[in-house]
Amino acid sequence: MSAFAGSSLYFGMLLSVGAYLFGMWLRKKTGLSLCNPLLVAIVAVILFLSVFRIEYGAYSRGADYLSYLLTPATVCLAIPLYRQLELLRRQAAAVAAAILTGVAGSAASIYVMSLLFKLEHVYYVTLLPKSITTAIGMGVSEEAGGIVTLTVVSIIVTGIFGNVTADWLFFICRIEEPVAKGLALGTAAHAIGTSRALELGEAEGAMSSLAIAVAGLVTVAVVPLVSGLI
Amino acid sequence: MRYLKGTAIIFGITMAGDFLSRLLSLPVPAGVYGLFLLLFLLCAGWVREADVAEVGDFFLEIMPLLFIPAGVGLIESLEQMRQVLIPFAAINGCSTLFVMAVTGLVAQAIIRRRGADGPVEESSDREERR
Repeated sequence: MSAFAGSSLYFGMLLSVGAYLFGMWLRKKTGLSLCNPLLVAIVAVILFLSVFRIEYGAYSRGADYLSYLLTPATVCLAIPLYRQLELLRRQAAAVAAAILTGVAGSAASIYVMSLLFKLEHVYYVTLLPKSITTAIGMGVSEEAGGIVTLTVVSIIVTGIFGNVTADWLFFICRIEEPVAKGLALGTAAHAIGTSRALELGEAEGAMSSLAIAVAGLVTVAVVPLVSGLI
Repeated sequence: MRYLKGTAIIFGITMAGDFLSRLLSLPVPAGVYGLFLLLFLLCAGWVREADVAEVGDFFLEIMPLLFIPAGVGLIESLEQMRQVLIPFAAINGCSTLFVMAVTGLVAQAIIRRRGADGPVEESSDREERR
């Protein structure tokens, strides 16, 4: 079974799509926000591969084609942003203030917690770009002398965690404005958070798309200023 | 025909973004250059929204799917993480919630304060452009 399934290039893609559909079905069935389709899909694929003893390589050979589509998908984030341009103009002050606060809050919280855990400099700078999109974060980590692979892991974990916990956090903090939700998801959890924001609505998706780019660029400027603190 | 056109435009812009990110040695990825390029072309009227809407909506709908391989790949780097697993998990979790909360609350506070200023605010959109 394993050698047979893994021999097709389409296996990884089919397994990913199937697992995601299963995740959507599960959320609908249970109504639990913990049953986040992305999280369920990742766990389901890992379980499937280990139960049927299929090597990771056999999966990723096909599934990597999905990753290639991330760049054109990111380009397409311009479309909801364009549709919501009037909203952006109207809320420009809120957008700018929220993203700047978010980026500063990210650096401050990582600094404080790194002190608490007595982390070395190299781990501190590895974590600093964790809330921004992978391609920018890798460059920032490298520049600051961090461990790039660990930065990538942190970015993905952050994104999935933000995607999964957003509904719950918005409920607890009484964040109800679509613009605020979108900015929060994009600033804290980059593109993976944005994929959740797009499911919430077009205004959320547009603001989240904008926040990926702006928070990423602001972080590029902020990290060199704070990287010497530990 | 509209699928062909949209696909051509989106992949064309993606490639332009790719070239830009390699040409300018800034830590900005191809997708972000492409995002602003497409936004500019839409605003300038050189690309019509209708031409990219269908293919674009397809990409946006399947977007969460595209993160599954990266998520599954995490098990491969578990070994590397071992000695910093606990601080990394704690910092990633707490910091993400903190950033999401402050960003959302700051945005909401500003939006609501401006909203409370009355209907004048709403109708003066045009003068408000800065």
